[in-house]
Amino acid sequence: MTELICIVCPKGCHLRVDEENGFAVTGNGCPRGAEYGHKELTNPTRVLTSTVRVEGGTLRRASVKTNGELPKGRLFDAMRVLDGVVLKAPVAIGDVVIGNLLGLGVDLVATKNVPAV
Amino acid sequence: MNEAQYDVIVVGGGPAGLAAALEAAKEGAGRVLILERNDELGGILNQCIHNGFGLHYFKEELTGPEYAARFIEKLADAGVEVLLGAMVLDISADKTVHAMSREKGYMLLRAKSVVLTMGCRERTRGAIAIPGDRPAGVFTAGAAQLYMNVEGYMVGKRVVILGSGDIGLIMARRMTLEGAKVLACVELMPYSNGLNRNIVQCLNDYDIPLYLSHTIVDIRGDKRVEQVVVAKVDEKRNPIPGTEITFDCDTVLLSVGLIPENELSRQAGVAIDRRTNGPIVFENMETSIPGVFASGNVVHVHDLVDFVTAESQRAGRAAARYARDGEPGGPCVLVENGNAVNYTVPQKIRTDNVDKLVEIFFRVNFVYTNMVIQISSGGEVLASFKREHMAPGEMEKVAFPKALFPRIRDGKITVSVVKEEDAQ
Repeated sequence: MTELICIVCPKGCHLRVDEENGFAVTGNGCPRGAEYGHKELTNPTRVLTSTVRVEGGTLRRASVKTNGELPKGRLFDAMRVLDGVVLKAPVAIGDVVIGNLLGLGVDLVATKNVPAV
Repeated sequence: MNEAQYDVIVVGGGPAGLAAALEAAKEGAGRVLILERNDELGGILNQCIHNGFGLHYFKEELTGPEYAARFIEKLADAGVEVLLGAMVLDISADKTVHAMSREKGYMLLRAKSVVLTMGCRERTRGAIAIPGDRPAGVFTAGAAQLYMNVEGYMVGKRVVILGSGDIGLIMARRMTLEGAKVLACVELMPYSNGLNRNIVQCLNDYDIPLYLSHTIVDIRGDKRVEQVVVAKVDEKRNPIPGTEITFDCDTVLLSVGLIPENELSRQAGVAIDRRTNGPIVFENMETSIPGVFASGNVVHVHDLVDFVTAESQRAGRAAARYARDGEPGGPCVLVENGNAVNYTVPQKIRTDNVDKLVEIFFRVNFVYTNMVIQISSGGEVLASFKREHMAPGEMEKVAFPKALFPRIRDGKITVSVVKEEDAQ
């Protein structure tokens, strides 16, 4: 039995996951908590948010996120890829910055509108 | 001199101001203006690039800039006017707003109603009087967040964070991802004021130790921070000699609380609640000055922007109604703080102005389990709400139905929190 705090929403439910019973989750307030409890003990994943450089825009950086979750162990690999990215303004929310990031099946997308100067 | 007349003027274009202005326009206010001192709208959301915003309001998980954009994109269609780079200097009791901007110069803007949405500021090193040298490298967590996420500067390589509020926790993760080593998150209280999920996904995920009941007792360094000394504190929060730990670091981030920014409110004569440091408000977010409303972090510091939005929509609606119909009258009930309750918002309820129910927001003074929230009047408990877990870091909300108003005695209700076994 492992105790976890759910990170799916700000409520932070106190979960108990039973590894010996098919990762059955109790203490969850919603179905997403059950899914999180199971995944957290088998294949923990996170959404990555960061920023990349922008040239020719009203701002120097555009914020970005992955449009799905990455395996927790790959977050730093993903950060290294972001280091070299330079976007040209204009940038719009939802623009794909890197498709299929690290071949993990999720895209890195812009989360900020940056108009050109 | 520029002069103009508006129905509703909103002071501040962060999440509170955006929601208030849009809702005022939707409620039928003719001319609505947002005054924003920054060069873009969105306020603090622009630097909050992490996700988790909007789960309540949009039922999806957005980053800060995305959440702000959802509102900003609606302004033009709603006919809301916006003035960027505009600093409000004074608001007089007759609701004349004195403002200036580089483009327009000095402006005298008259409004039928005003919504105060100036947000809050971070507590600084000076406010908590940390002993030691005064080198570079000591930042409030929000300032570091602005430098990193908006300006693109890395603020340090080896970091100690004082305070476990959400901004500090978020910055612990952010700096770690960008290659810094976060050595410790140090919290004076025996519990964290941040959301549990942030302790998990910002500290535990990256093996950053959280030192509860500890504080910084010395900062050392000539030009730049070189060392920080941390010590355990006793129940009275005094450092215990002999428990010192020394960290070699170049940066200290402070996440030690937020204070509503009410210089303009005070100057205007708005009555301030000493418990929240924000305006005393009625059920519709109206302050002690008729036609002057307030919402968001300027009233009380929120944990979730979704609740700022909901509160500000109420303020915006009420501001539009005031511009159209004038002041709502009727009897007024005072909300008093009972056991374990630090403050409530609203502090006053005009019963005739409540539709079906009034939502009362508050915070408790410590961490509790298995408690009952009671709303009572004249010695009688009118409503009870069970809670498994309560903490100062988590704002509580209860809905008090209008059907119970006839049982209110002496124009007062009390909100208190008691142990389940002691509840009547």
